[in-house]
Amino acid sequence: MLSLRALLVGAAIAVAAASSASAQEMPAPAKQDWSFNGAFGTYDRAAAQRGFQIYREVCSACHAMSLLAYHDLSGIGYNEAEIKAIAASVQVPDEPNDQGEIVDRPGRPSDRFKAPFANEKAAQAANNGALPKDLSLIVRGRPYGPDYVYALLTGFKDPPADVKMAKGMYYNMQFPGHQIAMPPPLTDDRVQYADGTKATLSQEAHDVVTFLSWASDPHLEDRHRIGVRVLIYLAGLSLVLYLVKRKVWSKLQH
Amino acid sequence: MAHTTAPSAFQNPVIRWVDERLPIFTMLSREYGVFPTPRNFNYLWNFGALAMFMLVAMIVTGIFLAMQYTPNADLAFDSVDRITRDVNYGWMLRTLHSNGSSMFFAVVYIHLFRGMYYGSYKRPRELLWLFGAVIYLLMMATAFLGYTLPWGQMSFWGATVITNFFTALPVIGKAITTWLWGGFAVANPTLNRFFALHYLLPFVIAAVVFLHVWALHVTGSNNPLGIEPKSAKDTVPFHPYYTSKDMFGLSIFLIIYAVIVFFIPDYLGDPDNYIKANPLLTPVSIEPEWYFLPFYAILRSVPDKLAGVSLMFGAVVMLFLMPWLDTSKVRSAKFRPWYQWCFWFFVLDTLLLGLVGSQHPEGIWILLGRVGTIYYFGFFLILLPLLGWFEKTLPLPASISESVLGGYLSNSKIAAKAMEKA
Repeated sequence: MLSLRALLVGAAIAVAAASSASAQEMPAPAKQDWSFNGAFGTYDRAAAQRGFQIYREVCSACHAMSLLAYHDLSGIGYNEAEIKAIAASVQVPDEPNDQGEIVDRPGRPSDRFKAPFANEKAAQAANNGALPKDLSLIVRGRPYGPDYVYALLTGFKDPPADVKMAKGMYYNMQFPGHQIAMPPPLTDDRVQYADGTKATLSQEAHDVVTFLSWASDPHLEDRHRIGVRVLIYLAGLSLVLYLVKRKVWSKLQH
Repeated sequence: MAHTTAPSAFQNPVIRWVDERLPIFTMLSREYGVFPTPRNFNYLWNFGALAMFMLVAMIVTGIFLAMQYTPNADLAFDSVDRITRDVNYGWMLRTLHSNGSSMFFAVVYIHLFRGMYYGSYKRPRELLWLFGAVIYLLMMATAFLGYTLPWGQMSFWGATVITNFFTALPVIGKAITTWLWGGFAVANPTLNRFFALHYLLPFVIAAVVFLHVWALHVTGSNNPLGIEPKSAKDTVPFHPYYTSKDMFGLSIFLIIYAVIVFFIPDYLGDPDNYIKANPLLTPVSIEPEWYFLPFYAILRSVPDKLAGVSLMFGAVVMLFLMPWLDTSKVRSAKFRPWYQWCFWFFVLDTLLLGLVGSQHPEGIWILLGRVGTIYYFGFFLILLPLLGWFEKTLPLPASISESVLGGYLSNSKIAAKAMEKA
């Protein structure tokens, strides 16, 4: 009977494994080496700050990140003065004043990231009808998360001869259907990094994905740190409870 | 008129004072202290306590989440994001709760399969089993309602697909669905009532759990041998024997829960739910959480909507009928060689249906879904009634202690002990 059970349990595990392997339909993007991978992973602050620079100078022309506030940037190592300066570099509409007029004022750290367009219709009108996605949760909101976004940003190619491109669309290796409305946003030397890092396409993509991953999951480091402690605690507790259980049951005749 | 208080066995004056007026301490001691429990439980008997733990964990985390959540179609998605981003330890509360539903279902499924394997649904525990099935049904409703609340793409479209089941009902289907929605589509009124019901149902579950445990304490627990305890030798007091064992089991369970919560919090979820609900944009594939996949496969195994919906609900009804479909007098599968095969194939069948439910219904998956559905119902409606009739069961041991202790105690000694107690 034991062998029957082993057989069936084995089959069950095979079914479960097959299910997780075949649940995805898109070709899996290549795995990248991220600083935040693994149980002890953290965000590479320098890369995330370079990534924010790219968001600010390139992506934010079209893409909002309306779930983030400027003070959140302390999470990737900006200090208070830097955050104040970043926030103050945009003009945002103030509360109505005593005359009931709404005037613009410089941004404050508590303001949400300023969106490039007033509303979705304006964003579509400026982008050939396509709506640039809000990037606040883009990494968590896609299968394969950071690997997918990286593959997408580095996946622009000239279309193969047999592919007929729709008007205003660009060929992308990773995008489902291969036709994407976003023009290739990153190229070599698209930005000038303040820290002297050479701005190659793959470096830029790596940096902006690190930034976007942090934006999607800003508490990853807390989660990992607390998780490790919780597991150590539970392992010790389990050992103690096991010994208690054995001691209790040893009174009983076996 | 002089009232006399009931005598209490407790020495502590405060406990004694309360106990004489409301014998709650006597009751706790009787039901959870000295409660005679079969001595031969394996670790599968931990899962009832684990399910109880998960219910409490879900209610506690849920109440704290509700303090920060906004049940409004325009604000819900952002409010959930604010919980994970800005609320102190909100990320932990949320992932404990969202992954908690998976852990709750995993525990309950093992609890349920354990009951099926060892015949825990059989006389005199039919009502106990029925309460369990009601809890499961309420859990499914609660989980579905809760999944709608973050108002992501999968929340919205999942709610749309599930509520559309009711349109399959002839004549009244459309009216019922409109009434459920509070409008002509899943929208703000739907979210409002789903939140209200999601907050209500866990307390209904708690009430039925109370009945479930009450019924358990009337019949006593089943055990791996499926024979009733015959003497004091067959049982041990619940405390400290099973309290210590349950605590150890809980600690191991918490390790698995913690690994998911702290290291792979998105593994069981759908990335689409990090995209705000958009009624104009249908996701590429709409797929329920893993714990509903077998039912989803059964639903899609027939091309007719009403038939599919009926089969899906029928699959749950089978659980309610199980005590009367199984005609065998022997409880534990240990002594039922044929049933054992059928049971393990049933387990495999539910896993297969789960796999089918996660695939696009095309090609081989349609056939597999149909075969799986036929076995699912065949197990309940054909195998269970027939097995009791022709299966040759193995001889049952004389008592639990004889089986556990083997050669240590002879039957006569046990009989002598039993006489002493009696």
